[in-house]
Amino acid sequence: MVLQVFTANRVCDGIVVFLAEDGNWTTSLEECRVIGDGGALKQAMATAEKAAEYAVVADPYLIDVIEENDAIRPIRYRERIRAYGPPIHPDFAKQAIPAATGL
Amino acid sequence: MYHYDELDQRLVDERVEQFRDQVTRRIAGEITEDEFKPLRLMNGLYLQLHAYMLRIGIPYGVLSSVQLRKLAHIARTYDRGYGHFTTRQCLQLNWPKLEEAPHILAELAEVQMHAIQTSGNSFRNITADQYAGVAANEIEDSRIWAEIIRQWSLLHPEFSFLPRKFKIAVTGSPRDRTAVKFHDIGIVIRKNEKGEVGFEILVGGGMGRTPMIGQTIRAFLPKKHLLSYLEALLRIYNLMGRRDNKYKARIKILVFELGIEELQKLVEDEWNQIKDGPLALPQDEIDRISNQFAPPQWKKPQAARLGAEVQRLKNPAFADWVNVNVTGHKQPGYAIVNLSLKTLDAPPGDVTAEQMDGIADLAERYSLGETRATHEQNLVFAYVQEADLYQLWRALDELGLATPNVGLISDIICCPGLDYCALASARSIPVAERISRRFRDLRRQNDIGGLKLKISGCVNACGHHHAGHIGILGVDRQGEEFYQITLGGSADENASIGKIIGPAFSSEDVVEAVETIVNTYVDIREEGEAFLDTYRRVGEEPFKERLYPELTDAAA
Ligand code: SF4
Repeated sequence: MVLQVFTANRVCDGIVVFLAEDGNWTTSLEECRVIGDGGALKQAMATAEKAAEYAVVADPYLIDVIEENDAIRPIRYRERIRAYGPPIHPDFAKQAIPAATGL
Repeated sequence: MYHYDELDQRLVDERVEQFRDQVTRRIAGEITEDEFKPLRLMNGLYLQLHAYMLRIGIPYGVLSSVQLRKLAHIARTYDRGYGHFTTRQCLQLNWPKLEEAPHILAELAEVQMHAIQTSGNSFRNITADQYAGVAANEIEDSRIWAEIIRQWSLLHPEFSFLPRKFKIAVTGSPRDRTAVKFHDIGIVIRKNEKGEVGFEILVGGGMGRTPMIGQTIRAFLPKKHLLSYLEALLRIYNLMGRRDNKYKARIKILVFELGIEELQKLVEDEWNQIKDGPLALPQDEIDRISNQFAPPQWKKPQAARLGAEVQRLKNPAFADWVNVNVTGHKQPGYAIVNLSLKTLDAPPGDVTAEQMDGIADLAERYSLGETRATHEQNLVFAYVQEADLYQLWRALDELGLATPNVGLISDIICCPGLDYCALASARSIPVAERISRRFRDLRRQNDIGGLKLKISGCVNACGHHHAGHIGILGVDRQGEEFYQITLGGSADENASIGKIIGPAFSSEDVVEAVETIVNTYVDIREEGEAFLDTYRRVGEEPFKERLYPELTDAAA
């Protein structure tokens, strides 16, 4: 199974977040919960749905990621842009942009 | 400019309180995103790629300095210190927090602004000519009619759930600057043979995935019937427009499916029943609104005007700016000044809070405290005395807003694209930036001459690429950003839709492709011939041959 991560926008400010190991939502890909099998997926799905119900995040969904040099990186460029912030504003970057992202 | 009456103000204030309550309930988890989404969209609040986005309406693009300072204050206090002017003469904030959105709307209401109907299936911001009231050959001021339509269309009960969004533009000059033929309804102020002023009504123009040019549904409509005619037209659309398919719901599809004659007949029938009813415009009401846009007390041309002339001879940078960014005014001694928001330092249409404050100050000093936004994402000072041009240029230069490129290749219309937009297929801003850098040499830009380059990040065409002399559309090709080029589009009175020239280019190659197109034009143009005229004369072949030598060779 490909690796996946839950992502959403936080309700209070709209900022892009990822489901973390501890069930909270984080802006950092380093802290995100990487889902690698069906069991983990089921559990994460339940957590994400609850978070949407309690209006912590809006419209959570899964994205495909890969692990490279110990870092998690979204596969689609749209999701890379969401994760790292608008490429035209590197000053807004939420995390170090790995050199290989092509952004 | 127009000022709210008590009713307008109350309506906007009440809406703010209503939205405050809705936001509180959303944050408390009492309403779901699905329930909340239509409510926030009714107040211009989108959820984009990175954050919420608030689109603030600027009726026909006109802003007072008080309003502009308020926008600067909001950008600084609630956002990240900048705003983005759009192709609908609106301003977008890219980072507002949901919890603060009601405060922002309350602050906007203090200066008679709001974000109502900047989203959703409703009438959108009514656009008008940015040179309205000051253009040399204008028939009549388009702002008056845009305002009359604004009042009629704001929260119109019958039309609060149209099949799809609805865009109206009004122009009063023979030279169209509003892209009137690309609107759901385009209104062109005209004089008939008897010398009476009225309107030509166009319908069914639009961009998006099915670009179409508006067709005349009525060649001449007397002034007093404007609203009743629009009401009849909207009624037919509201009843017959398709609601089964979002992509077929715009009025252009209805026009296409019914044919213009059939639609015309239906509208005339409806209109004949209502035209002398309560929507007929009494002359004193037209006068009342017109007075809000009455021309200022013009001053006599000053002798100091010569000063500007002398500076122009002495200072080539100033001369360039005057030649390119300053336009003739109907009043002797005055000039229309375009402020370019297409610099090398920021995305097209972006202004910082500091620049907004600076512009507000300059507008007060030099242009009767008024600034206008254009659909080409620039700003205009409409009341500058020629004697002040040199001082104004120096001040604008300090703000970084004196780039002399209005109408040239680096004056690019560009949508936010995948840097911000959740619907995007590819990025557009970095392409605009790279093209601007490639063509940064002003002498070269001037030699190339008038050229409208427009970029959209997806088929929704917010960047008007269909109407670009050169249009660029971002597409996603198996996870890679690619760019399709169209040639020959135009948004003026001789509107045309650009034609796809061939296979799309990779992000890496697209700037070189633009270079090739421009060089081809420069090589084959006739004396004094602009890009679009050359294209219309020779067609796509010469461009194709140079862009795709492999393809044309193979075919030969
Ligand atoms: S054209 Fe597409 S990418 Fe650009 S702003 Fe519109 S919807 Fe977004």
